[in-house]
Amino acid sequence: MTDSKKTLDEILNLAAAQFKVPREKLTPDDDFFKTLGIDSLQALDLLTRLEHHFNVELPDYELQGVSDFRTLASRIQARL
Amino acid sequence: MIEFKGQALSWELKDGVIELALHRDPCNEIGSLTLEELEKFVSALERMQDNAHTLILYSTLKSGFCAGADLRELYHRAQGMEKQAATRGVREFLERIHKVMNTIDATPLTTIAALNGVTFGGGFELALVCDLIIADKMARFCFPELRLGLIPGFGGIPRLKRDLGNGVVRDLLLTGRSFNATKAQQIGLVSQVVGEGESLKAARSTAAQLGKFDRRTAIAAKKFIKPIPYEELQREIDIFCDLFTQPAVEAGLKKFVESKDALPYLP
Repeated sequence: MTDSKKTLDEILNLAAAQFKVPREKLTPDDDFFKTLGIDSLQALDLLTRLEHHFNVELPDYELQGVSDFRTLASRIQARL
Repeated sequence: MIEFKGQALSWELKDGVIELALHRDPCNEIGSLTLEELEKFVSALERMQDNAHTLILYSTLKSGFCAGADLRELYHRAQGMEKQAATRGVREFLERIHKVMNTIDATPLTTIAALNGVTFGGGFELALVCDLIIADKMARFCFPELRLGLIPGFGGIPRLKRDLGNGVVRDLLLTGRSFNATKAQQIGLVSQVVGEGESLKAARSTAAQLGKFDRRTAIAAKKFIKPIPYEELQREIDIFCDLFTQPAVEAGLKKFVESKDALPYLP
């Protein structure tokens, strides 16, 4: 598994566990706001969990407009 | 035991520790109701402080400590008012909240902010009046005010500058980005990072330690190490009120209030 694929996989696992969505229902190109049914405060919660999990800092402005798991993974990968 | 149960907050004094709990949905936004109850609290604080050594501020809400000023209330109040009258109202609100913040900042008690989740804008500013900040790992900090065409108005900049290097203050203020508790500890803002949901417990444990010291010594130590930047705090109010008259503010508030964006809290 490539690093990018691994990152994407870990994000999907974390999102599924945190928001209690079956893992198999999440795909890389899903709009995570819709698929997970999360609001702004929950989005911040997810952001913080991702930062802790990957031990990175993710400035909000780099995530502005990002709504699918694949792009999110590429933003995180760029900071690993 | 002395206690109060309000709509936005509650407090109790027990065994030398005053606990001030915030509990107004959705995330303890500070509007006129919270301000009124905070004013009641600081009035009671003066009566309680001779029988206490520590004050702990915390939120009972899972969403966070406090998401800042109640922007919806601010926007709706300003609607239908002349610009001058709206600015006067804002100045009056700021003068009142500064009085509350300054009183908590200067209290002879040792103060602890026990944080979780969203600690944004005015919520961040409330935490900054405290002597110690203990955050759970899910706490998140941000000054998003520039997005609204404003600067933080509840004393945030002078207090952050008092505690941290200017480079960090500029980064937070000028980028409006948020950061987590680990980062906050790295830059010296947070003294302890604890597990999710554990900040109040850690604050109580710290309060028990603080209670062992001679009160007069603790008061002298705090007074020596924690000056209050009154002049800059007053300047902050003036700059805020000046900016408030600009068209960008009304547009920024309108955008926030009407936003269907999934991320209205993100700058």
